[in-house]
Amino acid sequence: MTIAFKPAETFHDDFTYRNSDAGILRFPFPFGEDAYMYSVNIEPHVPAGPSPAYLHAFDVDEHYVAECRERARVLALDPSRCKVLPHMMTAQWDTLELIMESFARDYPEYFSLAKNGSTWTWINRPLGIEDKFTFGDASTLPYEPFEYITRQAQGDFTLQDQRNDNLFVDGGMVTTQADWSLEFDIGMSFHEWHAPVPLAHQIGVFDRALKFLLRLQQAQPVRRLNWTMTINPRLDTSPENYPVWGPDRTTVTPENLPEKVHLRVELQTLFRLPRSNAILFGIRCYLASVGELARVEKWRKRLHRVLRDLPPELEGYKGLNRYRQMTIDYLAPFDDGAVLSKGPQPDQASL
Amino acid sequence: MSNPGTLALRVREAEMIAPLLKRFVLESADRAPLPSTGPGAHLRLMLKDGARKYRNAYSIAAAAPDNSTYEIIVRRVPRSRGGSVFLHEHVDAGTIVEADFPGNLFPLSQVARKHLLIGGGIGITPFLGYLAHLKGTPTPFELHHFCRVEEEETFGQLLRRAEGGKIHLHPELVTEFDLAQLLRTQPLGTHLYVCGPEIFMDLVLATARSHGWPGSKLHSESFGGAHAGGAPFVAVLKRSGLEIHVPEDQTLLEAIEAAGVEPPSLCRGGACGQCMTEVLEGEPEHRDHYLSAEEHAAGRVMMICVSRAKGERIVLDL
Repeated sequence: MTIAFKPAETFHDDFTYRNSDAGILRFPFPFGEDAYMYSVNIEPHVPAGPSPAYLHAFDVDEHYVAECRERARVLALDPSRCKVLPHMMTAQWDTLELIMESFARDYPEYFSLAKNGSTWTWINRPLGIEDKFTFGDASTLPYEPFEYITRQAQGDFTLQDQRNDNLFVDGGMVTTQADWSLEFDIGMSFHEWHAPVPLAHQIGVFDRALKFLLRLQQAQPVRRLNWTMTINPRLDTSPENYPVWGPDRTTVTPENLPEKVHLRVELQTLFRLPRSNAILFGIRCYLASVGELARVEKWRKRLHRVLRDLPPELEGYKGLNRYRQMTIDYLAPFDDGAVLSKGPQPDQASL
Repeated sequence: MSNPGTLALRVREAEMIAPLLKRFVLESADRAPLPSTGPGAHLRLMLKDGARKYRNAYSIAAAAPDNSTYEIIVRRVPRSRGGSVFLHEHVDAGTIVEADFPGNLFPLSQVARKHLLIGGGIGITPFLGYLAHLKGTPTPFELHHFCRVEEEETFGQLLRRAEGGKIHLHPELVTEFDLAQLLRTQPLGTHLYVCGPEIFMDLVLATARSHGWPGSKLHSESFGGAHAGGAPFVAVLKRSGLEIHVPEDQTLLEAIEAAGVEPPSLCRGGACGQCMTEVLEGEPEHRDHYLSAEEHAAGRVMMICVSRAKGERIVLDL
């Protein structure tokens, strides 16, 4: 497998991020039906699904190098985006082991891991990294193990400690987030950090999800999708930087809409970590502009229907108020009302 | 959750370390590294004895740092359902056994200021894994282990392999020991872990609670199978249309599996909650650690791995 990395893409200022044709077709489109509503959409994270994005424990795509550089840029401006509480050191090593072993197994052309007792040699070819270190001895790495390995992975990660029949978000690397703050949430229990979500608490979603996650088993990871929309291909939409990206919402016009308005999909994965019994939560962010998605016949029709019929509470929660109607107006002429196949797959092999 | 498949393990070494204790060193049948595990993890073996199948969970007493081997210690329990007798009589070096991926229902707290471990008999096995881990951490710990006089030497040898900390071996009954004094004098932030026979754990936990220990600092692990037997009864599986006779020496879950139905299950010790099943008629005799007292009293769900029927018949939504 060859991935044509695009190392020079940017996620700020001139926003040169784009998806290739293959990148568009592998987008984890989240809508399997013409209407969207919350559901318990957790499924086993097995190597199968309607997009190649589901085929590996941690997906690596054409944006890998650029996203790692973007992470480094955000961390240089705000080092507090990576924080791990002291009792999570075992979970840090668990994370490093899981990501290194997964990358080396799934992408042997790009990553390799050699173990000689506790001396490990890690090679990351796309980023030009080769390090020899002692597993379990953080002083042999340039960063703590969790920061070291998540600087080399796409998407955000949090670490949950399990105690008192609850989960506590006791660490994270968060630079590609949809408007939530690790620094604010760190140390919170499961219900505390989910407190801002409307409606779901009352119907017991979080009680059930917590019970389920407390029983999550090693080697049986699970996944779910979440989505929202973002103006410009900006990964770092953090509360800390709201003054930077918040005003973007006022810049959408019918002319620039196809390039500016992006569907933002989070592929969320949950892994039980073996040594610490903690849970690693991966929040992998994918961006595709409405113009890119409109090149897929099924998706432009389905996206139109989903946005058109979206419950008003969801429009408000996802912050779509200013540009939802404009997006519907853009997509409406493409939608002839034809019956679409069930499931999110694009139904075409090329663009 | 999906099943990740099973592990094929070859017995590398098997030896009797006491008249009733057999130690097994297991490696991957293809010599590949085994999955990483943490202190408190267990391994569930799936044993085939002709037509009979046993699924027994054992604590991983030791895992090699390079993940090449796991070690378990099995006590022969003649009047059990048969898994331990099968392991003692028919499983030796070279035998291939099947196992699930390791799980962990008895992990060490990451926030404890001190770990207090209290073990009884074969309940030493998870603590052997704990000790290997704790000797590399700055957190203080203290182990008290109770055993039969005739097994003092065996446990003494097992425990000497772990260095550092305070290790106390008591060849006596826990009732002869001043538990209250031990539990009264622990520093704030201490977590208590107890593993051993049910009656032993109940006593230690009750003593701790009566001296003001909060539930969040109490951890216990029971051995699956401690509650296997009981009066025979009939289980009706409504959705499958089956009527199953559950004999006195078999669990409800085993009887259901023998009939060809495979309900979800995990720990098989009433701790994880995976096999929770709705009760449509009849009254369950609850033996699990998962459901609350209110749920036990309501009797609408049960853990079929350990619990049985109170009467002669129970109807399940399976």
